[in-house]
Amino acid sequence: MRTPFQPRNHNSAPAGKPQGNRKDIMLRLTRFVLRNYKFSLATVAVCIIISAVTTLASTLFTRTLIDEYIVPLTQTATPDFKPLARTLIHLGIILLVGVVCSYTYNRLMINVTQGSILRLRTDMFRHMQQLPVAYFDTHSHGEVMSTYTNDVDTLRSMINQSLPQALNSLITISITLGSMLVLSLPLTLVALVMALVMAFTTTWLGKRSRKHFKQQQQRLADVNGFIEEMLTGQRVVKVFCHENQAIEQFEVLNENLRSSTYNANRIANIVMPVNGNLGYLSYVLIGVIGATLIISGRVDLSLGTLVAFLTLNKSFARPIANVSQQINSVLNASVGAERVFRIIDEQPETDTGTVTLVNAIEADNGMLIPMPYRTGLWAWQVPTESGKPRFVKVNGGVQLSHVNFGYNADKQVLFDIILQAMPDQKIAFVGGTGAGKTTITNLINRFYDIQSGTITYDGINITDIRKESLRRSLGMVLQETHLFTDTVLNNIRYGRLDATDQDCIEAAKLVGADGFIRRLSNGYFTMLSGDGGNLSQGERQLLAIARAAVANPPVLILDEATSSIDTHTERLVQHGMDSLMKGRTTFVIAHRLSTVRNADIIVVLERGHIIEAGNHDQLIALGGKYHQLYTGREL
Amino acid sequence: MFRTLLRHVGRYRTAAILTPIFILLEVVFDVLIPYVTSWLIDYGINGRHLPSVYRYGGLMLLMAFMSLAMGILAGRFVAYASTGFAANLRKAMYRNIQRFAFSDIDKYSTAGLVTRMTTDVTNIQSAFQMILRTSIRAPFSLVSSIVMCFIISPKMSLIFIVAAVVLAIVLAWAISKAGALFTRVFAQYDVMNRAVQENVSAIRVVKAFVREDYENQKYELAARGLYRLYVKAERIMALTHPVMNLVVYGCIIAISWLGAQLVVADQLTTGQLTSLFTYVMSIFMSLMMLSMIFVQITMSAASAKRVTEVLNEVPDIDNPDQPDHVIPDGRLDFNHVSFAYKGGSGEYALHDIDLHIQSGQTIGVIGGTGSGKSSLITLVSRLYDVTIGSVHVGGKDVRTLDLTTLRDTVAVVLQKNVLFSGTIAENLRWGNADATDEQIRHACHIACADEFVEAMPDRYNTRIEQGGTNVSGGQRQRLCIARALLKKPKILVLDDSTSACDNATDATIRQRLQTQLPAMTRIIIAQRISSIKDCDRILVLDGGRVSGWDTHDNLLKTNSVYQEICAIQDEDHGDFDKPQS
Repeated sequence: MRTPFQPRNHNSAPAGKPQGNRKDIMLRLTRFVLRNYKFSLATVAVCIIISAVTTLASTLFTRTLIDEYIVPLTQTATPDFKPLARTLIHLGIILLVGVVCSYTYNRLMINVTQGSILRLRTDMFRHMQQLPVAYFDTHSHGEVMSTYTNDVDTLRSMINQSLPQALNSLITISITLGSMLVLSLPLTLVALVMALVMAFTTTWLGKRSRKHFKQQQQRLADVNGFIEEMLTGQRVVKVFCHENQAIEQFEVLNENLRSSTYNANRIANIVMPVNGNLGYLSYVLIGVIGATLIISGRVDLSLGTLVAFLTLNKSFARPIANVSQQINSVLNASVGAERVFRIIDEQPETDTGTVTLVNAIEADNGMLIPMPYRTGLWAWQVPTESGKPRFVKVNGGVQLSHVNFGYNADKQVLFDIILQAMPDQKIAFVGGTGAGKTTITNLINRFYDIQSGTITYDGINITDIRKESLRRSLGMVLQETHLFTDTVLNNIRYGRLDATDQDCIEAAKLVGADGFIRRLSNGYFTMLSGDGGNLSQGERQLLAIARAAVANPPVLILDEATSSIDTHTERLVQHGMDSLMKGRTTFVIAHRLSTVRNADIIVVLERGHIIEAGNHDQLIALGGKYHQLYTGREL
Repeated sequence: MFRTLLRHVGRYRTAAILTPIFILLEVVFDVLIPYVTSWLIDYGINGRHLPSVYRYGGLMLLMAFMSLAMGILAGRFVAYASTGFAANLRKAMYRNIQRFAFSDIDKYSTAGLVTRMTTDVTNIQSAFQMILRTSIRAPFSLVSSIVMCFIISPKMSLIFIVAAVVLAIVLAWAISKAGALFTRVFAQYDVMNRAVQENVSAIRVVKAFVREDYENQKYELAARGLYRLYVKAERIMALTHPVMNLVVYGCIIAISWLGAQLVVADQLTTGQLTSLFTYVMSIFMSLMMLSMIFVQITMSAASAKRVTEVLNEVPDIDNPDQPDHVIPDGRLDFNHVSFAYKGGSGEYALHDIDLHIQSGQTIGVIGGTGSGKSSLITLVSRLYDVTIGSVHVGGKDVRTLDLTTLRDTVAVVLQKNVLFSGTIAENLRWGNADATDEQIRHACHIACADEFVEAMPDRYNTRIEQGGTNVSGGQRQRLCIARALLKKPKILVLDDSTSACDNATDATIRQRLQTQLPAMTRIIIAQRISSIKDCDRILVLDGGRVSGWDTHDNLLKTNSVYQEICAIQDEDHGDFDKPQS
């Protein structure tokens, strides 16, 4: 349960791959979206093109209506409305197609957006499950939670709106640009220069705003982390009347968050008026230049063309502004994406093990045959060069030889640990706090990896065993009990998912938890919430023990499990434990004398060194530290 | 609900009011500029008059510049107002949460409160910004366009009216339907957030039982639930878009058809017809904007409701109106106290407890799991209120005392101990912000924490990780005791606070408390007989009732529950641990 004393560093580079720049992040996100929705996105693109064209058709129709139909109609004595009716029906059909297309792509984009976000969240969660314990020891829980909500949410509007709108705008831009070129090359050049100015300003503003936006997401995570931690410890806040200090601290973080959100929004809000008015500037410039050209008569340009060009320029400027704004929103989203990828890129636990745990039965000739169901007999499946695996019975013999370990390089915690646990033996660790008891158990289940030496399990080096198999073979009751928001029954079943209700109840009975569970309002079906906050420490621990009991593993690790159960309950637990420990190797970090005395090997640790080992009688006879502890206890 | 929220705009009110004003000015320029444009074309270009081109061009640029200035100011004010509003909301929520009683926090769950303070507030912030920016612009252009339509052709305007009504009905339907779904979306956010929170904090359990896949499934279920609700809500909202387009296009075709006939009949000019097309677009653009405001409001209404709930939550326990700030001594009386947890099974956790403890006494409390030990002490510092009877500290009913005074007088070291991320000294100063280094060292000495702290590389400046994961259980307990001692309390309650310490340390702590702080009333809840047998009196609790209330020797003779506990511990010889020396 211990990590080195080391200040937390928020800005430290992640352990995973180095972060690329913004463009790489966006490319990666785009690839991520594309990978799963190729077909949908292709359809979306086609639909957007059709709907953009039909929208343009409807804008251009006004002119056609007046010039080609109404004006001629007014000039005839007997107006014939039939051609107009026909054209309107055609137009209606075209527009209907446009509407269908726009609905289709909107619908598809919902699935693409939400689907991608779902996938991103689950990918992130899946990856997080593979991260080493050290990751969780060094990252604030609230900050991790913030990535799942606040950061992922920044991607929603980007995928949903920015991509389709950008495509839409691009189509409009190319069509209007084409028409402008046909009308007048010099004026088009002026319009293009203005468009470039617009794009440049927008991206420049975006860059400035992004700096604040990035800060905003970090500060949001800080706020999240703070709230999460303080609320978890709210009871302590209360009894220490620390509310005002907590508020003060919160207000500093809150004000930081406000100022960066303000700055990010302030700059982002400038973009729209700037672009709109640059549009007017472009309009005036073209008007003045065009008029000068016409009046000077040096260039062949008609009045009608200039007016038409001015109208086109208007519809040219709008999508340009739109695209540059979308680019900003995309880049903002990249801030969220970066934080998501930071988790996904975090180095997972390494696992090079190839040996797996299987159920087996023993044939008459003593051969082990793997079985697909629970047999009560476990075997290690060891791959061999011949390709045919070898099976080794799981006996539960664990050996540590010359093990050295430190949580970081400069502080060694365990020194040259040599220890042999024969199958079915009970090993008790005794020693002061900080002696390294918990650390040893963290090494056996490979929460942390040793720096030198070897640990073997039934003669197999534990680094050769798949972590999943290794941990499945080790039942654990941790010092700290964690329960989940679920029923009591399902919390017990956490130990073995295929356990029946009856199995769970049996396990609860075995460890003496049955009594208090039955007294709960809904018995085994009582919902626990907030880490079992409605149960006492002792009750929570009983559930944790029941959880290990239902797992029924070959080897058991108990970490100070019985320390805060009252004497009466403890007696029940003790009996349950004894039967639980029967027939399996057990490592106990023990406080209870009875546990220690009954142990086959008592390991006395001091400052990371084994100073004595042996059974009770041997150690008493030795007259060393253990003797001193045992007799001193009476004082 | 919105009124409650808007109260928190606070000092950002000026900016919030200025925003629409500047936006209105911006809109005025936006409306005027097209007129100047038409002059530029009509008098300048069509009139082939270069000075007019320059004049109107210059005027247009001037107005554009004004509009830009207004726009920038509006953007600045709206950003200031909305982010300030959000900050105020978070602050108000956090302040209120600090007033929450334990029962209130149980109700919302940590993950739920976190979502409310971040995701929900962010939603409200964007909605507020959007409303400020468009609430003037959209109705303004809507009304002016409609007026212009009626001026041009009352007959044709009927088309708009019909269309607008159809549209309004569709929008209203979609918004009400999607609104309900968005409420569920945010509830699902809580579920998903909880899955992450529990997973992260219980990661050792997850890994020890190789439950990564199970956790993945659990999370995926929550995330998928969110996905489904979101897709459903957004699909409804997506319907509004094509309906809108259909209506607009229908109008264009209808106007074209009818307009052509009117023009031919000489009741309408072509110029007017063109204007009608412009106005129809602007009417629907503003309707679209309005509908977006409504969507934002709908989406944020769910968030607003969740935020208001927290803001309006009246804490179960609050300071009395005229609190008493004086607690003369460490006397403690339980007058026929019965207590049941609210929202629990309704069963009494404590029955008719009647105890009277003198200042400076040392009291031991013992009893089985669920006997009510922890419930009893939560009543002393008024973390919960009694159901029947009363608790008196220093001779005064705790419900009349100032909460801060009470909790500073009664120091409770909780069973569920928590240290916070920060240095050891920072954690200890929770007890007394002004404590000197010497006072800290002294408190640590009494709590037997000085030795191991001083052995650490940075001593009192050593950082504690979140949840205190980098100190052992025993070390954490001793730091928590030191933290409580720094309050200089008149009553100290140790709720099973030395369970992870060895016997020798346990004894040393008790002995130092006795000799160095003799005037302090001490209540020691323990599992081990050795921890309490020297107490002045021992309370034996059994099933929420007083089973015994006497000295160790007398209880050994008379109390069967106590005898049983002693018998078990005799044979087990209690604890086995030793601190590093």
